[in-house]
Amino acid sequence: MPSNPAKLKVIWLQGITCNGNTHSFLNDPLLRSLLEKIDFLHHPLLPCAKTLKELVKKLPKSDILIFEGAYRADFERAGVRMEELLNALASKSKHIISLGSCASFGGMFKEADSEHISGILFDKEEQNGPLKEMRDKVITLSGCPIHPQWLSFVIEMIYAEKKIMVDEYRRPKELYGYLVHNGCLRNEYFEWKVDSDSFGTKEGCLYYAQGCQGPYTHGSCNKILWNEVSSKTRAGMPCVGCTEPSFPKFGLFTTKTYMSIPAEMPLGIPKRSYLALSGAAKSFHIKRLEGKLIDDNA
Amino acid sequence: MPTIAEKIGMSVGNLYNYFTSKEMLAKDLILYIANILGEEIRQINESPLNTQEKIESIVHMYFKIAKDRPETIEYFLRVYLSNREVFQNCCEGMICVSAFVTEMMIFFEEGVRCGELRDQDFFSAFGLFMGYLGGMVFISGEHILPKPLEEYEHTIAENIYYALKSR
Repeated sequence: MPSNPAKLKVIWLQGITCNGNTHSFLNDPLLRSLLEKIDFLHHPLLPCAKTLKELVKKLPKSDILIFEGAYRADFERAGVRMEELLNALASKSKHIISLGSCASFGGMFKEADSEHISGILFDKEEQNGPLKEMRDKVITLSGCPIHPQWLSFVIEMIYAEKKIMVDEYRRPKELYGYLVHNGCLRNEYFEWKVDSDSFGTKEGCLYYAQGCQGPYTHGSCNKILWNEVSSKTRAGMPCVGCTEPSFPKFGLFTTKTYMSIPAEMPLGIPKRSYLALSGAAKSFHIKRLEGKLIDDNA
Repeated sequence: MPTIAEKIGMSVGNLYNYFTSKEMLAKDLILYIANILGEEIRQINESPLNTQEKIESIVHMYFKIAKDRPETIEYFLRVYLSNREVFQNCCEGMICVSAFVTEMMIFFEEGVRCGELRDQDFFSAFGLFMGYLGGMVFISGEHILPKPLEEYEHTIAENIYYALKSR
């Protein structure tokens, strides 16, 4: 890392978006120190050098182009079609961050116009987005929204000129090598097949009855905690698989089963092995796991 | 244990070298039988048969084992299911019959997934299928059936299929 590196010049461009990732970014507890390492040439909310209208008059070079939201070729910002604006800014940037599930795979907005809306590199699982020729510059940060520290991690890595190892969707392995299941406080309930019959409780596994997708969703939600204290599954809400290209699925809060058997096995686990193990686990009744963790009447 | 040792021409002490208690012997026997059944059903599951043909194959296999090796199914029905207290400390729930039940789970799951069977609670379907077969073998063992067991195979398989198939 250089002894006194220059601040990174960053452009934050929005496609079709709900602003969810911008709001998440503003909740980064380390935002102040991060802003000491970057200069926003443009950001839709934060103080920055130029408005988008000023920016498009003479498109500048940048170190990082952050793209938030879904892509559609004819969507306009500052009077410029996105196919022109994105391509021009991307080609002048050293790094591109695909921020959130919409920018990464099409996400929620793709549901409205599946044919014309996509991510900037991927369209669901297919790598045929508008930036496919620049794939090596793209870092995918999928999530709805992304955890703010996932973004700051990538920016810090770029700032320190460190190599970022990525997976098949160009997501940093450091962040997406884990499953949401890893670190879930309900893992003991999962092991012994004690199900939760409702949301919002501390007890029980959400996989069988509540549609939790933690066992096959890549993300560090239970490692890098949200608001530094919690996660969906810790709070009693099933993981909805928002970091995967298949997001959003239908029936988010139900587990699809065939004859009481989950239609989708935990990632990489053969069905026969899983059923044998889960059948054995269900044979035992662990009294400690059947009661309340904190019993108000005790 | 002394009776068993005498039947197989072994001293009681030696028998205890193999099985430390009658509960352990009982457990090993049901594991052995469940593995036989599980392996047979696994081969049927992995075959290219459709669901109706798989049902026919399972019924045939089950009745054939009941006829050729009656001690296996009889043990399952008359010892394992009828004397649960013997197994309560070493074979909780379905642990000792896991090899067999797992294959039945896979059979049902794949039947529903491909649209040939109706989606329902696993045990409702499992009970209908295996309860039916077990009941037939039991009354056959009591010499109540007027015809040999194998003569009922086709109609029983058909009944099971029509009871479970998607509507």
